[in-house]
Parts: sequence; C-alpha cells; structure tokens
Amino acid sequence: MSDVEARLARIRGTAPVREHTARTIAALTTNPGCDRRAVLDAAGIDKQKLAGYVEFPVPSGQSPFAISRGNAFEAQVKADGCAGLLRLLGERLGLPVPEVSYADLAPAGTGASLDARHARTRELLAEAAAAGPDGGVLLDHPLLRLDVGGRAAYLEPDLIAVRLRGRFHVVEIKSFAVIDGQADGRKVAAAATQAAVYVLALRGLLAELGYGPETVADEVVLICPENFANQPTAALVDVRRQLTVLTRQLSRLARIGDLIATLPADLTFDLGAAGAQPEPGCGGGEHPPRFSDDSAVPGRPVVEVVGALHATRARYAPECLDACELAYFCRDEARGQTAALGRSVHDELGGVPDVAGVLDLAAGTRVPDPDQAEAAELLRLAARLRAESLASAL
Amino acid sequence: MSTLTSLARAEAVRAGRAQPIATVRHVHVHDRPLVLVPLTLAGEANAPLAAMVGDDPDKPRLLVVAQPRNRDQRFAFATALAGVIVSYADGFTARVEAVAGDRARDIRVRFADAPQIVVPNPGGVDFARLFGRSTRFRRSYGDYAVDPAVPMLGRWLTFFAERAEYPGSCLLLAATEALALHWATGQSLVEDQNLAALLGWIDPPVGLTGAQAAVLAEDAGTWPPAGPTTDPTFDSTVLAPLIQAGDVPGLEKALTAQLEPTWGLVWRAVDRLRALPAGPRVAGRWDADKEAYTAHVQHLRDGGPPQPRRDSATAAAQRLNRLERAQASYAAQRAFDDPLVLAEYRLAGEAFVGTVTAAEPERVEGAGRSRKLRPHIVVSTADPVRLAPGTALVAPTRSGQKATLIAITGDGVLLELSGGMGRAATPAPGTVPEVGERICYSSLTDGYQPVADFPRREDTPWTHGGPPAGYDPAPVGDAADAAATDTVAADAAEEWS
Ligand code: SF4
Repeated sequence: MSDVEARLARIRGTAPVREHTARTIAALTTNPGCDRRAVLDAAGIDKQKLAGYVEFPVPSGQSPFAISRGNAFEAQVKADGCAGLLRLLGERLGLPVPEVSYADLAPAGTGASLDARHARTRELLAEAAAAGPDGGVLLDHPLLRLDVGGRAAYLEPDLIAVRLRGRFHVVEIKSFAVIDGQADGRKVAAAATQAAVYVLALRGLLAELGYGPETVADEVVLICPENFANQPTAALVDVRRQLTVLTRQLSRLARIGDLIATLPADLTFDLGAAGAQPEPGCGGGEHPPRFSDDSAVPGRPVVEVVGALHATRARYAPECLDACELAYFCRDEARGQTAALGRSVHDELGGVPDVAGVLDLAAGTRVPDPDQAEAAELLRLAARLRAESLASAL
Repeated sequence: MSTLTSLARAEAVRAGRAQPIATVRHVHVHDRPLVLVPLTLAGEANAPLAAMVGDDPDKPRLLVVAQPRNRDQRFAFATALAGVIVSYADGFTARVEAVAGDRARDIRVRFADAPQIVVPNPGGVDFARLFGRSTRFRRSYGDYAVDPAVPMLGRWLTFFAERAEYPGSCLLLAATEALALHWATGQSLVEDQNLAALLGWIDPPVGLTGAQAAVLAEDAGTWPPAGPTTDPTFDSTVLAPLIQAGDVPGLEKALTAQLEPTWGLVWRAVDRLRALPAGPRVAGRWDADKEAYTAHVQHLRDGGPPQPRRDSATAAAQRLNRLERAQASYAAQRAFDDPLVLAEYRLAGEAFVGTVTAAEPERVEGAGRSRKLRPHIVVSTADPVRLAPGTALVAPTRSGQKATLIAITGDGVLLELSGGMGRAATPAPGTVPEVGERICYSSLTDGYQPVADFPRREDTPWTHGGPPAGYDPAPVGDAADAAATDTVAADAAEEWS
C-alpha cells in the first residue's frame, strides 16, 4: 500500500469502500474545483451516509416507475439479439446489417463474475480490433474498468458497437422520449457525460491492447423512444467536451496526494460503529442509526465529523444540489457567501465573496481593497439607482 | 440577471425576505384565471397521473388516472380535462369590442376578454405543450377513435403553450416565473424553481426568515413537488402499492394530498401578483393576447387544421423574427413602465436620467424650403452614459420626438431634437424640454419595426426542407385529418407502456 493509499484508508476509516459507477464519475464533472469532494471521492467515502450522519440528509432514490420503464425499454431495444437496434444503426449510421454479429457477455441467469466478464470483454474487443474494418460485433453487457484516483471502477455500458465505419461506438439506451426531434436538454447532457465515461474506459482498454484513442469514436449513439409511440430512435451525440472535462478531473484525482498533503494528518471521516453498519435499506432521507441496534456501541460524535468536513475546502455552488450528496451541508456552510446565490450572481456582484461585503461596499461603509475598487464603484452606482428608482415609484 | 437584481438578492439575504425588483406588475392577472396543477407518471413520456384544475380556489376539480399506462383511462382523463379547459377557454366569446384596423377608418372586432391559465412552473407549460402534442392529432372515428373533445383539448393546449413562448403574453403563466419577474430572493435561481421555497421568501410565515421557510419548503413530506414530476419516495411508498392494488379511493386521497398544497400556492401567487399595481402597458399586451385568442377561435370555427408538428423552415424563421421583435419591445415596455427596470439600462449606460441645464429651442438648420427646426438641449446626469454619438434616443415621456446624441461633454449630454414640435416656425409651447426639467433618455424603443422579408411558404428553398409537404394550408374539408395522417398512424397505435 502506498503512502497515499494508506492516508486515504485512514481518511475513510472503518467504513467499506464506496465503489464508483458511471453516474458518480459523471457527477465529478459538475464541480471539479471542490477539494472536499475530491478527497471524499478519492477515499471512497459514502457521501450519502455522511450527509445523513451530520444531519443534512438529501432526498435520494429513483421512482420505481422510472426504473421499470427504463428496464422495459432496454429489453425492448435488445430483444432478439438487438435485431431492431441493428436495423436502426443501419439506417442511422449506414452499417450493412447482415454483417453484424451479437455477443452477450452476461446472459441472464449465468451470474458471470465481474472479473470473468471483464476478461471476456477484453478478449472479444481484442479479436474485433484485430479483425480489421469490415464486419461488426455488438457486445451486450460488456464490463469495462476505469482507474479513478488509483482504484479500479467497474463500468457497464449498455452496449458497445464495434467497427461501425471502422470505429468502436458506445451505445447508450435511455428511456426519456424524443418528441418531434426535441428532448429534455438536461437529460441528453447527463446521458452524454455518462457515455463519455464509457468512451474513456474503452479507450483505456484498447490502449492496453496497443490501439490509439482514435479507435473509439468521440460520438456516441443515443437510443431513445420517439414521440409517444414507444419506438426507438437513434442519434449521434458528440461527447468531446465531456471527455475533456472528465479527463481533467480524473487526472486531478490521480494527483490527490498533493491535496491530502495539505490536510491535517489525523483527518478522518470515520463514523465509528455507525459507519461500519451496512446501508439502512434504500429509504432515502432517513437518518442512519446513531447507535447500532444490537450492540449499542455509540457512533463518533457528530461535531467531530462536522469538524473534519470543515477541515476540507468546499466550493459550493447551486449546481451541487443536483450533483453531490453533501449539497445541503455545504449550502448551509456557504450561507452569506455570494457564490451560494449562483456563479453569475457572484460575478455580477464584482466577485466580492461575501454578502455583507457586497452590501457594505454598496453602502459605501467599507473601504474597498485596491482590487475591489472597480467592483465597489459598480455596487455603489447600483445601490444609488436602486434606491432612487424605488423612491421615485412611491 | 444583472448587477441590480444580484444586489437585490444580496439585500434579500440580509433582510431575510425577498426584495422587489419591480415597482409595478408586468403581467396581466385575470379576474377569473384557471389554475391547472398537472402530475405525470415518472419515466413515461408525459403520461398524465392526475390534475387539480378549476377557476375557483375553493372548488378544485380532481382528475386521476388510476392506471396511468392504460390507454383508455388516459383518454378518459383527456376527455375530462377537456370538459374543464375547453369550456373555460371557449367561455370568453360572448362579448366583442371594436378596434381600429390597420388603415384609417377600418374597424375590426375582437373578443373583449380572453382566458388565462396559471400553472405552478415551467414544467406545467411543458406538460401543456406535450399533452397538446399527444392529443391534437387524434381522430374521433375509425381505429383508435377518441372522444371529439380530445383533439379539441390538444389544439387549445397547443395554442396556450405556443403563446407562452411569446414575450409578454399572459394567456398561460407559470407562477414561479411570474413571481421571479417581480421579486429577488436570497437564494439561487435553481432554488427559485421550487414554488413553495420561492413563496417562502416572498411571504415568510410569521417568525421565520425566508431562508428558514425555504428550507422547510424543500421537505417533500410537507410540500410535495409542484409537479409535473412526483416525489420518488411518494412513488415507491404510496403510489406504487395503490396502483398495484387498483385502489381508486386510496389513490384519490393520496393524490389530493400531493396536489392540494400546490393548488393553494398557485392561488397565493395569483393573489400576491394581483395586489401589485399594473404597469401602464400591461393592458396593451393583454389586447395582443385577445387578438391571438380571437384568431384562434376564428381558425377553429373555420374548420382550420391543427397546428403542424413542426413549423416549416419559413414559418420557423418568421416565428423567430416575431419573437425577437416581441422580446425587444417587451423589454422596452417594461423599462418605460417601471423605474426599477429602467435602472438596469441606466446601470448599463444605455439610458440616463438627468436635468436639462441648457436649451436652444429655436435653433434651426438650413434655410428657405429646407429650413428645419433642430433644437439642442444639454442634459446633465450622474449616470454612466455609454452611448455613441449619432445614436437615436427617445424619452418615454416624449415618444413622438427623436433625440440624436451629438456629444458627451463635461457639462452633460448634448442632444439634437427633431419631430413632435408642431408645424410652426418655432416649437409649440412645451414641446422642447425646458431648463430645470428632469428627463430620461434611452436607446430603447417599443415602436414599430419592419417585418423581415421571408419567402412565401411555397417558395421555401430546398436547402431549408423545400415546401412543406402533406400540409394544406387551406381549410378544406378534412384537411386537419389529411395533415395528421402520418402522425395518427404512428401515434394512434401507441401503447404507452
Ligand atoms: S456539495 Fe460540497 S462537497 Fe459536494 S461538490 Fe459541492 S461544495 Fe463540494
């Protein structure tokens, strides 16, 4: 175990490692500048549980209707060895359908182990890569690996289509509808980021086999139901921007050693006995037990855990609310800061970090620092215009 | 957003409650609006789950789809919703008013009022658009026939949703957006999307700050989401078992509990807005809404086809051009109505308020027949003027007169005036601002701008998709159905599960 790994293990404490998924890796891109999350993620800490422990639980969980609908649509698309999907890819990407073969790496009920699936995925990709540009293979239930802060995360793309126009393509199946050519932009963006994680992982695997990144297309195939008739449609989505952001954040996590070197040596997010407990079911928003039921061993005092959180530098922004389980805690900590009102508000207030400072500068009761002179002038003018306009309307 | 509204947010943080960013109301509030709170089933493409709807706060009508994936039940819901919405929307045709037409002495007639639907948030507007889309092409005969009220509902919802994109239109309002036009909270725009939290800042309960009220409002147990998406925990613990069991009374009770808090909030938002004094130009924009309403009713009466699925290239370009012009004129109107909105332009240097310090009212240019009155005035101002010489300016109080910026000097802004001074050799009394007068000038205009020239529909170049196919603009016979055939073929067979 390296020094960094030992440090991270100590920071995590007795709790089991929280493994990354494509979704948690995608979430890394929302607030890349946050040290707090970088440390917690690198240490594999369960942030959901941590947030509940410090009494800022966030609602979680997906509707069972959304889950069953997603599963049903995926099953529909993949039915008959993806016959319908192949037809769609043929129409959309110009791939001659009969030449494509299909391989399921984890047929239902076989219970193949993760390592076995990953090895098999690697084997089939090696074959396909060596086979040259003609012919294609669809890999169902492939298993990829991505290095996240020194630990391997296992990832399960919906499908990998091999050798469409000579390149590997990641295929992502989503059940949100495309209506008259329009889809919910936020959902498309989330799907694109998630697919970009798979592209990176696929590139990593092919690099091990000696192939360059261009072997994997930086466009992914997104399959969604069209209109209200529940028939799938396909679209190509460019994920180059997402790849750039992801790569940057992953390399930041890889250099986590620099960051932890600046933290107190005894820093830990160990929750004591409570932390070692398994997840209390899937009920989101519940407080985890402060005492384990049978042994009545007390957990670590909450103030200590809060203290540990304060020892790491956060960078709260309203976008965290959608992306990070600690959002309510960090929002509370950030009260009175202009960034908590939104990045654009922070910028429009001249980058002055705190609300009190803004109001004092606007009222002319605080002498601005030299680098705040311009902001102060703008704020004073804004305050004058605001007061004058409110008065003139009376 | 701007520095001014951001400053108001900072003030709201300190004050513990929302701060005004408007001094007058910029939306029309109907005497009898219809409130609609829709809920959809998670994961599905706009599958209705329930709605609370009505024009009386004390008498909400609850509509529930007990099996949201069942096609017949879904259309039974659409029929019932049509019963409320179509009859409300149809109900403003009894009285007409005469207005001046485009040419002198032309008189046109339009309906004297129009309907107004209020939904909780932009998601409610999306619901109207999508539900309109999924119902307006249905047929009341043949395979997959539906009640004739269903396509009619679709055409009305589509009309409302399309108008909602039009800047300044108030036929379909989202409560969160209407409120956010008038108040700045001490939280972020993201959090302002939550109607309960937004009203918590605007009207905090006694003893609570806005921030505290907003945090309480985030508890889905007390304040269920304002829709159309439901709370996932509610879905798994309450809704799924009830749907599974087919327990209709249980569903109605549970969904009432989910909808009622939002129903109350939307009406509170309506009351809060109504209490503000209306801006002078609000009535004019409502007149435009009445025109649109009149045209839509006329189109329906003439047997016109339903709105197309997608605009042709020409129609889309025309629409974009119309929206851009409406946006500019809406922004100008609000600034003219409201000193607090105008202040945004003053801060940006595009408008200024000052005092006339010098005037040369009888200044002329040219001689003989080309002799023209061109008075000069100097306006001294403390505002940061960022307008280039040569820019045409107008004072909201003197809209018939153009002021050209000549120079910005140490004394103030030198302006040359033209127009609006009468026909005599010297300006009519009071037509030139006098020394000592406080006046505002800006580059904003809400006047007429020529419509850009577009090819007619049949001349659409092929690079833009060619002439629209399968769409007969003439309202002949079953044109509506002809237009919709391909859609009906695909959509009528849908299973939605
Ligand atoms: S919520 Fe807190 S820990 Fe999470 S990303 Fe935001 S600032 Fe960082």
